[in-house]
Amino acid sequence: MSAPANAIRAARARPGGEAVAVKGWLIAHKWLLLRRLSQFGILALFLAGPWFGLWIVKGNLSSSLTLGVLPLTDPYLLVQSLAAGTLPYREALLGAGIALAFYLLIGGRVYCSWVCPVNLVTDAAAWLRRRLGLKGGKIPSSDTRYWLLGFTLLAAFATGSLAWEWVNPVSMLHRGLIFGFGLAWGIVGGLFLYDLLIASRGWCGHVCPMGAFYSLLGATALIRVSADKRDACNDCMDCFAVCPEPQVIRPALKAAGQTHPVILDRNCTTCGRCVDVCGKDVFRITTRFDRSES
Amino acid sequence: MSDIQDKPAGPVGNPPRRRFLKEVAGVAGGACLLSLGVGLYAKQASARPATALRPPGALAESDFLAACVRCGLCVRDCPYDTLKLAELGDGVATGTPYFTARDVACEMCEDIPCVVACPTAALDRGLTDIGKARMGLAVLIDHETCLNFLGLRCDVCYRVCPVIDKAITLERMHNPRSDRHAMLLPTVHSDYCTGCGKCEKSCVLPGEAAIKVLPVKLAQGSRAEHYRKGWEEKDAAGGSLIGDQIEMPVRGLEGKAYGDTRVGPGEGPATREPVQSPSGIDSGWKP
Repeated sequence: MSAPANAIRAARARPGGEAVAVKGWLIAHKWLLLRRLSQFGILALFLAGPWFGLWIVKGNLSSSLTLGVLPLTDPYLLVQSLAAGTLPYREALLGAGIALAFYLLIGGRVYCSWVCPVNLVTDAAAWLRRRLGLKGGKIPSSDTRYWLLGFTLLAAFATGSLAWEWVNPVSMLHRGLIFGFGLAWGIVGGLFLYDLLIASRGWCGHVCPMGAFYSLLGATALIRVSADKRDACNDCMDCFAVCPEPQVIRPALKAAGQTHPVILDRNCTTCGRCVDVCGKDVFRITTRFDRSES
Repeated sequence: MSDIQDKPAGPVGNPPRRRFLKEVAGVAGGACLLSLGVGLYAKQASARPATALRPPGALAESDFLAACVRCGLCVRDCPYDTLKLAELGDGVATGTPYFTARDVACEMCEDIPCVVACPTAALDRGLTDIGKARMGLAVLIDHETCLNFLGLRCDVCYRVCPVIDKAITLERMHNPRSDRHAMLLPTVHSDYCTGCGKCEKSCVLPGEAAIKVLPVKLAQGSRAEHYRKGWEEKDAAGGSLIGDQIEMPVRGLEGKAYGDTRVGPGEGPATREPVQSPSGIDSGWKP
């Protein structure tokens, strides 16, 4: 077999290989790098205080105070707290309102791909799963998360406490990184192994009730991915391979059930990986109103 | 859910609907089991260890667990690094703030920054006077190792108490061992003890302290409200409520105040000659 054929085969084996060959490594990882910058940047803001005494943001993603004035509270935590039967102070209500407005405007699951620290863990698991060529497993229905969301609120109501927060890996990981882990490493490790061995994209795409909550905020997202050059698609399937919610692509890319090329599914996390890995530049990040095709 | 329903129905029967029902049953069952497990775990794990104390102003434990979002802002604003967030495995609800008095006690800041920092109502801003905080209640739990109970003058818990002479007093008692010294017993008063833990922190004993701050529920008995204290009723009424009592003479105690059964030197039946010790400090008193 000739050398170029080998190179093409190797590129084919890895999603995004063609994009790297065509666009160069940096452009083919643009959104991934920006996203990692956002994730680590937010983490750094929280860690600058305890590590270097630079108190820009205090607290954690559950509730925080930025520069001593801006309160931010996770709306899902506030909803759990309300379900458990308490009315918090104005700061928490205001903070949750600001966060809610932001995610309603930008896109609920932008939280999942640009902010949430668990994304780093599950992305690593998905990457390793692809590299090792692991197949099979048992993937729960992607509606599991909505049921779980409902039941976590029910559990909060029934026990009169934030029951889910005893085990919630999302808040636990972020809190652990800032305040100390204890045995929480076990839960995060379990999550990684679950995504790696049992269910591909299992946690973020199917189980996480926090992601389900932010999905519900995604119906009015302004920032959306559009497959505006879908005519150029060569069916290489790379976007489906890297997408954490592959079912959202088809309606836009293949005009299934809709005519315009904008991905409006509320589960799209606007991570931009499809933009990166496409060798034909089919996708771009735009607004929900930009329904043009080129 | 909806994308399954949106698909055109199959040519034979209703397989999509059947599959949908089956899926829903499975998913709902799984999610229900998971949250039930979580709920039970939360219920069981909400039994907090007795040495884990909540910050000042914390609501009652059940209300606290409903309100606290585990953000750690109280921990950040604690100037003495007293508070910490519970880690999984600490035995305290994961992510909630607590302190262990024997490690670091609460310094009772006058402006109570931890309470001010709390964005939810988990720490009650109604608490503006730190002296009214009730993080727990100090209990002199071990009378066998406490140095003051051994007749020594340690007094450290009394001296460090921020509410000295109110929350902890030294009560003078007769020392029956030496029979001629006093014991000054540190005594906690729940009207003033804030549960800050300074006494437990500074107890001079090598490992565990003889005085410990416990949750009020563990430390204090319920008041017997139905029980009327005669002496208080008498004071309030300005005299006995049941009138003067007939005083019956007691044989052998004639000439003494009613109720005084103490036996003075030279009184009572003589048993034997008191043995004079050579040093002269044995009073010959026998219990």
